Amino acid sequence: MSTLATPLKGHAPPPEAPHPAAAPDPATDPMVPRPFRIVRVKKELSDTFTFDLVAQDGAPLGFRPGQFNMLYVFGVGEVPISISGDPAVPEVLVHTTRAVGTVTRAMWAMKAGATIGIRGPFGSAWPVETARGGDVVVVAGGIGLAPLRPLIHTLLNQRESFNRVMILYGARTPEDILYKTEVRAWRGRFDVSAQVTVDRATGGWSGPVGVVTRLINAGGFDAPSTTAFVCGPEVMMRAACDALTRKGVARGKVWLSMERNMKCALGFCGHCQWGGAFVCKDGPVFNYAAVADRLPVAEY
Amino acid sequence: MDDVSGLLRPADQSALIDALTARGYTVLAPVRQGDALTVAPVTALDQVARGWTADQTAGTYRLRRRDDARRFATTPAALPWKRVLHPPEAHLWTARDTGNGFEMISKPEPPPKQALLGLLPCDLAAIARQDKVFDNGTFADPVYTGRRENALLIAATCAQAGDTCFCAAMETGPDVRSPCDIALTELDDDAGWLVEARSGKGAEILSGLPLAPVPDTAFTQRDAIAEATAAAQIRTLPADTPGLLHRHLDHPHWQAVADRCLSCGNCTNQCPTCFCSNTEDVTSLDGTIAERRRVWDSCFSLDFTYATGRPLRQSTESRYRQWITHKLSTWHDQFGESGCIGCGRCITWCPVGIDITEEAAALAALEDAAEAAHA
Amino acid sequence: MTDTVKEPIERLLHNHPFFAGMEEPMLEKLAACATTRTYKAGHRVLKEGACADHFTVLLSGCVAVEVATPEQGVTPLQTLHAGDILGWSWLVAPYRWTFSATAREDTRAVIFDAPCLRRALEADHELAYHLMPRFIGVMSERLHSARLQMLDLYGPPAGARERGLA
Repeated sequence: MSTLATPLKGHAPPPEAPHPAAAPDPATDPMVPRPFRIVRVKKELSDTFTFDLVAQDGAPLGFRPGQFNMLYVFGVGEVPISISGDPAVPEVLVHTTRAVGTVTRAMWAMKAGATIGIRGPFGSAWPVETARGGDVVVVAGGIGLAPLRPLIHTLLNQRESFNRVMILYGARTPEDILYKTEVRAWRGRFDVSAQVTVDRATGGWSGPVGVVTRLINAGGFDAPSTTAFVCGPEVMMRAACDALTRKGVARGKVWLSMERNMKCALGFCGHCQWGGAFVCKDGPVFNYAAVADRLPVAEY
Repeated sequence: MDDVSGLLRPADQSALIDALTARGYTVLAPVRQGDALTVAPVTALDQVARGWTADQTAGTYRLRRRDDARRFATTPAALPWKRVLHPPEAHLWTARDTGNGFEMISKPEPPPKQALLGLLPCDLAAIARQDKVFDNGTFADPVYTGRRENALLIAATCAQAGDTCFCAAMETGPDVRSPCDIALTELDDDAGWLVEARSGKGAEILSGLPLAPVPDTAFTQRDAIAEATAAAQIRTLPADTPGLLHRHLDHPHWQAVADRCLSCGNCTNQCPTCFCSNTEDVTSLDGTIAERRRVWDSCFSLDFTYATGRPLRQSTESRYRQWITHKLSTWHDQFGESGCIGCGRCITWCPVGIDITEEAAALAALEDAAEAAHA
Repeated sequence: MTDTVKEPIERLLHNHPFFAGMEEPMLEKLAACATTRTYKAGHRVLKEGACADHFTVLLSGCVAVEVATPEQGVTPLQTLHAGDILGWSWLVAPYRWTFSATAREDTRAVIFDAPCLRRALEADHELAYHLMPRFIGVMSERLHSARLQMLDLYGPPAGARERGLA
C-alpha cells in the first residue's frame, strides 16, 4: 500500500475551472461509500461474524433478497458482501462476513460504534415471486447460507404463498452451523422442513452426515412444481444443481448465486466477468439454465 | 449545419489547431517521440508528426520515413489514445476521518476539454466501444463520461495499412465510420485536408475556418485511399469467431498458446478497448485521509479474478483464453459487437509475437480437422 | 429377528429406487434371497472386519457408516436413509466389511443373503448385468460424495490470508 504525502494538494480543483461541488454526495453517487454505524457485532463462528448497521444519515437501505453491498473499511479497502438481513426490515442492514483477507480481517477487529462505508445494493435478486404456488427448495453450503437468509425470511414472511418449503443446509461440522438459533427455529416449525447435514460429525452430532446433495436425493418435494435456490462453494453448487435436475426440477427453475471479486460493482472494472456476464450487475443470482454450460469450465 | 465540409489547404491547417485552442481544448495529436509515434498535446501544427509512419509486424515496431508528407498515415500509435479518455490512473474520491466516522472531501477532478486530432478509424471505433462500457445502461462512469462529453473527436481516413492491421475485417475502417465530430482526409500530393463535419460541434468549428471549396475529385479520392488501405490488409478473423471460441473453452490449443505467452499484459495495455481497472485505497501517513484511485488492470494478472480468496485463473492458458474469448466472443454477449476493432496493437506489442488472428485461425483449423476426422 | 408384517418382498423391491426399472421376474429371483428386518436404534448393523455375508436395502430409518480410530473414537462418515443401500463388500473377495454401521433410529430393511445372491448372479448373468450397474452407480455417487467431503469445501480458504485477497 502506498501513502499520500500531500493528500489533497494534487486534487484541488484548478483555479481556472472551479468545480461546483467539492465533495461528492454518497446518497446519489454509486462510486462513493455512505457511512454506516455498526450497532451490533455477533461472532457467529471461529472466523465468521455478523454486523448490524444503521445509516448515519438515517435513510434505510432497501434491498431485494440476494443482492449485495460493497463494504468499505476506511483506508483499508472494499469488498463485496451479500446482504443477510430481512428485506422487510431495511432500517437495520445485516452483513455476515468471513475473515479471509485484508479487508475482512480488518472488519473482524471492528467493534460496535465503528463506521463502515456502504455502496449498494447491487446485482440481481432471488426471484421469489416465480416460486409462488409451488414447492421451494433452498440449498445452502457453508457460509452460502448468508446470501440465502433474506430469501428464507421472505419465504417465511409470505409462507402461505408457497406449497412445501424445504431448507437443506450442509455445514462443515456441527460447530460450523451458521445462525444456529434460527436454524433451530426453522427446524421447529411445522410448515418448514429444515435439514442440516455435516461433512464431519463431531461431538454428539446425531443428525445426517454427508454432502448436502444427499439431502436433495432423498426428495420430499414435488419436482415439477419446485423452484430451487442454491448458494455455496461452486463445486457444491454444481453438484446440487445436478442433483436437483436429476430429481426432475427444471433447469430454468434452479437459481444460484456466484461469488467473484469486484472492485466497482458497476460493470466497469471487469474483474467479476464470468463468460459474458458481469457477476456484479448480471448476477450474483443466475438462472441455472443460462449458466449450466459455463459452470463446469475450469478456471473460467 | 452538420453537412459543413471544405478543403483546408496546407497553409490554412494551423487555423484548425488555433480554433480548437481558442475554444479551450487541449489538442492531442500524433507526435514523434524518439523512435515511436505516440499521442501528445500540441500547440502548433509543426509539432504534429509529418511524413512518418511505422512498420509493424508481430512483435516489432519500426519508425520509417514516408515518401510523402502525410501526417495521419502513422499506422496505430505506439501509445494508444485510450489513456486520453480512460486514464491509466484516475482519482475517484478522498475522504477524511472525522473521529466519528468519515466524510467525503473531494471527487474526480473536473474533466479536461480535449480535442483528439488524427484519430485513426480503428481508434475511433474503440472509443465507440468504450462508450458502451462506461455508460452501460445501469451506471455511467463519471471519469470516462465526463472526459468523453468534453472531448472533440477528429478522425482521419487511414492511408496506411500496417502489416498487423485488420480493421477492414472488423468493419471499423479504413474509412471514418464511427461517430465523431470531424472526419478528415489528407488528399494526395499534399493538396490539403478534406474536412467534413459529423456533428454540430464539428460544424461549428469548421464554419469558422478559412475553407476552400471541395475539389470535384476529393470524395472519390477519399474513398480510393480507404479502399487501397483495405486492400493492403492481410489479416482477418475466421467466420463465426464468437461461436468458435465459445465452442472450445476446453481446447488443448490454449495450452500451446500458454507455452509462448509470458502473461505480461502488454496486449491489454495496448488494446484500445480493454477497459479493466483496479481500485487502490491509500491513506496519508497519519491515517486521517484516505483516497481511492482507479488504475488500469489486466486479466493477465494472477490475482485479477478470485473467489473466496483464491486466484481463479491460475494457469496462463486460462488467462489467455479469458482475454481472447472476452475480446472476440463474450463481448458480443455483453455489448452486441466484437471487442476487437482490428488495430493489431496486441500483435505488434506482444514480446513473443502472439497473433490474435492466427490463434483464432489455428482454433478454426483444428475444429475443421476434427470435423473432417469424424466425417 | 425376522419381520412379522408380511408384505411381499418383490413389492418392497419394486418400490425401492435402487431397483427402479428392473423387471418383475428379476425382482422375484432377488426376493428369493431376501428377508425383511428391523433394527432398533443403537443396533450395530455391520462390524468392520466381519464376514460380509449380506447386503442391506434401507426401507426406513437411518444407519450411520462409521470408523473407529484410537485417536478419534467412533466417527460417523456418512448417514444412510430410506432409499439407500448399505454394503458392497459381499461383492468383492475376501468378503469382509471395511466399515462398521450402526442404526441411528429404528430402521427397517430388506436383507439379502450374500451366498444366495452370489449363486443367483452366477447362474443368471442377465440378472448380474442388470444389478451391477446399480452398484457402480451407488459406488460412484459415494466416491463423489467422499471426495467432496475430503475437499473440506466449507473450510477456510487455503492461502487467502497470505495473499491478502479480499
